[in-house]
Amino acid sequence: MLNQITKLEKLINSELSSKVLKSFIKNNELMIEIDDNDLVEVIQFLKANEHCKFKQLIDIAGVDYPDEEKRFKLIYLFLSHEHNHRIKLSIQLEARQVINSITKIFPSANWMEREVFDMYGIKFKNHPDLRRILTDYGFKGHPLRKDFPLTGFNEVRYSEKEKKVIYEPVKLEQNYRNFDFESPWEGTNYVKEVKKLNTDGKKN
Amino acid sequence: MAKKTKSLNLNFGPQHPAAHGVLRLILELDGEVVEKADPHIGLLHRGTEKLIEQKTYTQALPYFDRLDYVAPMNQEHAFALAAEKLLKIEVPIRAKYIRVIFCEIGRILSHILNVTTQALDVGALTPSLWGFEERETLMTFYERASGSRLHANYFRTGGVHQDIPLKLIEDIEKFCRSFPNIIDDLEGLLTENRIFKQRNVEIGIVTKQEALDHSFSGVMLRGSGVPWDLRRSQPYEIYKDLDFKIPVGKNGDCYDRYLCRIEEMRESVKIILQCIDKLPKGPVKSIDGKISPPNRDDLKESMEALIHHFKLFTEGYRVPKGDVYTAVEAPKGEFGVYLISDGSNKPYRCKIRAPGFSHLQAMDYLIRGHMLADVPAVLGSLDIVFGEVDR
Repeated sequence: MLNQITKLEKLINSELSSKVLKSFIKNNELMIEIDDNDLVEVIQFLKANEHCKFKQLIDIAGVDYPDEEKRFKLIYLFLSHEHNHRIKLSIQLEARQVINSITKIFPSANWMEREVFDMYGIKFKNHPDLRRILTDYGFKGHPLRKDFPLTGFNEVRYSEKEKKVIYEPVKLEQNYRNFDFESPWEGTNYVKEVKKLNTDGKKN
Repeated sequence: MAKKTKSLNLNFGPQHPAAHGVLRLILELDGEVVEKADPHIGLLHRGTEKLIEQKTYTQALPYFDRLDYVAPMNQEHAFALAAEKLLKIEVPIRAKYIRVIFCEIGRILSHILNVTTQALDVGALTPSLWGFEERETLMTFYERASGSRLHANYFRTGGVHQDIPLKLIEDIEKFCRSFPNIIDDLEGLLTENRIFKQRNVEIGIVTKQEALDHSFSGVMLRGSGVPWDLRRSQPYEIYKDLDFKIPVGKNGDCYDRYLCRIEEMRESVKIILQCIDKLPKGPVKSIDGKISPPNRDDLKESMEALIHHFKLFTEGYRVPKGDVYTAVEAPKGEFGVYLISDGSNKPYRCKIRAPGFSHLQAMDYLIRGHMLADVPAVLGSLDIVFGEVDR
């Protein structure tokens, strides 16, 4: 299995040498990083090439790294039934960048791209019908961005007075508590400093 | 001169019994022929992926029960496998067998629901009454292993939560001996039934190529003649050692998919029986104290166990940096989890690949040119559960 993937990696690197920015195998999975301009071409190659035949688009996953210069990452997951391979393709995008849609190559990308648009606000060029998909009609914001609060901005309730469902800003009885339990598993690092204090000052 | 006609827009759902949940389907009709279908989903969107980012790995697991809620443990399985792959830990062999038993129970649960409710949608009431009785039995098995009928939260990273009692294994075996007769009964009602065939044969045909293009998986793919099952082609757990067949359809219509599901139930029964037969003894969760919690007994005596217990239920365990995609053959198709870890105790990103999402997407192309009455039949055979489509 691993052998096949290494072979595939070599093949892709040699055929698309100018387009592959980085490729590596980790956890038995092949990841190819490419430039966003080459996306359509690379995917067409992966679908058509004799040794690739990635004929099924499994999913498109967006990831948000707010601290990085290129904020968003899109990961395309493909599956080849013929060769029993999987591959991951990743591109990085700036916050307001528009990316080519691949609905022409894979019709199933339609909803997946809509989902990415809905959740991250990434726009796709030449997409036939780029609307929100999972969130409410008239929803504002992009929930899976890291700066979107877990509790959201608006809440919905039925108003007895107005006899209809109304939207209001979220009111929390208790603030959302995000416990940070992370501490070094091996032991504490600040023991030394405490000891120093003790020797300096008088024992109490 | 021909009269000018205007197509009719019809709202199917979100509260239609044949919509199998909360689907709002906007149909454009010319007479009774569907010209366009626009599914509006998201009415059950709960932000599972966002919530998982805020929770530790152990706390994230129960969210998977709530995705495809008719086969909860199959979903948990995908997440557990993903975390295990990142952590690079081994699952004890007994846990693997128990997992497979419950995954196949989940498959039967899901297929019973789908087959019988689809029959209900096209006019047969009895199968659902008979089928639900069996589902009830299966759910008591879930309850006896995990404590709850539906939202099991039974799998853990590195194994399962606790061992199953001997009596439960006997009862599952007893069920497996009698269940094929129930499938025969269901088939007697449906398979050769004239009305059922009229409503399903050559309805919603999917060709091989279209099934691939639309990212179909599971029965939707096999019904169209593609012999592809992750349990066979990319085996996980102990599926490699088990003997089972993969039913494949010929025509890719609703009827073939129905037949595939019936056969898969029979195969699942066989798998469970083999697992019970081979079920080895031993631990049911990883013995790595940094990942799976200690025994209750040890907690009373061992200081280390107490520390581990405390740390695991406050901080949780940390998962090495990296990203993995793991997929399992859930009853509805390829259910995948794409997990990104930043090295902390919470997933940085957890993308859930639900099979129903791509299946429902193809609704427009499947239903075009069909009659309005075929909408529930096609929708039923897609096997949609909104928990997983909307996430």
